[in-house]
Amino acid sequence: MSRIVVDEEKCVGGGQCVLAAPDVFDQDDDTGTVLLLDADPPAGQDAAVRQAARLCPAVAITVATP
Amino acid sequence: MVDVRTVPDEAGSLPRFPMPRETPFHPPAAYARLRDTAPVSRVRLWDGGTAWLVTGYDEVRAVLADPRVSSRRQHPGYPFATPARAAAERGERAFISQDPPGHGRLRKMVTKYFTVRRIESLRPVVQDIADTVIGRAAELGPPIDLVREVALEVPARTICHLFGIPAEERFFFQGRDHTRNALDSSPLEVEAATADMLGYAADLVARKERRPDESIVSELVRDQLHTGAVDRDQLVAIVRHLLAAGHDTTANMIALGVLELLRHADQLDELKARPELWPNAVEELLRYISVFQISPNRVATEDIEVGGVVIAAGEGIITPLAAANRDGRAFPDPDTLDIHREARHHVAFAYGVHQCLGQPLARLELNVVYETLFRRLPGLALAIDTDRIVVRQYLLSSLGELPVTWPVNR
Repeated sequence: MSRIVVDEEKCVGGGQCVLAAPDVFDQDDDTGTVLLLDADPPAGQDAAVRQAARLCPAVAITVATP
Repeated sequence: MVDVRTVPDEAGSLPRFPMPRETPFHPPAAYARLRDTAPVSRVRLWDGGTAWLVTGYDEVRAVLADPRVSSRRQHPGYPFATPARAAAERGERAFISQDPPGHGRLRKMVTKYFTVRRIESLRPVVQDIADTVIGRAAELGPPIDLVREVALEVPARTICHLFGIPAEERFFFQGRDHTRNALDSSPLEVEAATADMLGYAADLVARKERRPDESIVSELVRDQLHTGAVDRDQLVAIVRHLLAAGHDTTANMIALGVLELLRHADQLDELKARPELWPNAVEELLRYISVFQISPNRVATEDIEVGGVVIAAGEGIITPLAAANRDGRAFPDPDTLDIHREARHHVAFAYGVHQCLGQPLARLELNVVYETLFRRLPGLALAIDTDRIVVRQYLLSSLGELPVTWPVNR
């Protein structure tokens, strides 16, 4: 199971995470900044979440595997 | 006019940058040779200076994500690919030419207009524009120049819609940005075109102050200029930059994408039969074409180590996205177009904090235009031999024209 941390300060609003894992990430309508919908998503989301972290241009997503 | 390829390399030993393409369909072969032996290596520039050319995927991402490199065009070590690029970029005041934290403050003023959700809500608008443009091209009858009739039209009309610009004004900004982006424009021509565009952006801001509408420019005036969050010169620079970034890039991707699809008929047939494949095909086309071919550039602000090489503070760095996107370590069999491959990790929109802000809009336009074009004109074919196709000497990979035809039943 993943544990996800996002850094809103680093986020540049590219939307890569929303495209990769729309059940886990969203963007704030007023700022475009990342919104973490689910910090502990089900295992079925692991690949999508890893993809989101890899694609994030600002390296603002950290995925810890306990 | 300055032909950058005829400038002699007085030092002799270093390869010169930019490097010529051997064929229209692939980046310079030198990128692959360098990547295998020295993915971070020195090149000589037009002004006699040197810069580090980065040709590996991992190395390009590492540089572009490194907080110890600067995007400031005013930095004395910032490398420009040609005299025209120096003239075009040296005075840049938009966030593209700033570093954190100032960069983020300005960029965040506009990120809300390009979120995935907000852009998706524009799909009916973009579809309507594509239907109109492609419908008129079909009425013109074959043959047509796809660049002029379709590729230039959809992005320009879309940005006009977003910015509240009358559509007939598109020819003004298309012409100026073409001059700015042509690598063989003279510095004087580029400076004149840049002054025209800054004047145009200033006038657009003033128009929206007098008559506010629903456009992005009006919102920026109300929320940023009139609140004092941004000064007028900075807003004008941002509007000029967004306008330029919003049409020429996507226009060239449309034309080159259609060319590649017509050159790969089996894959095109699959897409016509299974339109749900378009989003993945668009990612692969973005990777394969890498329209932003000789940029972006950076300058190190501290000594950094990349790919086993130490880049010293003050040295220029060039990270061609076309080189990274053809790295076989990131994309097996990289010189083959494969609409089924996993290409999502391409860097066609760059990487790092300056990664393209408008990428959801670009994706939307490309998906809508390709799908609509090949649905409306399924018999579309090249009306020119592929060996006569010329990719221009341009900031972007670019086609001057793309003659196409299709069967007409009367």
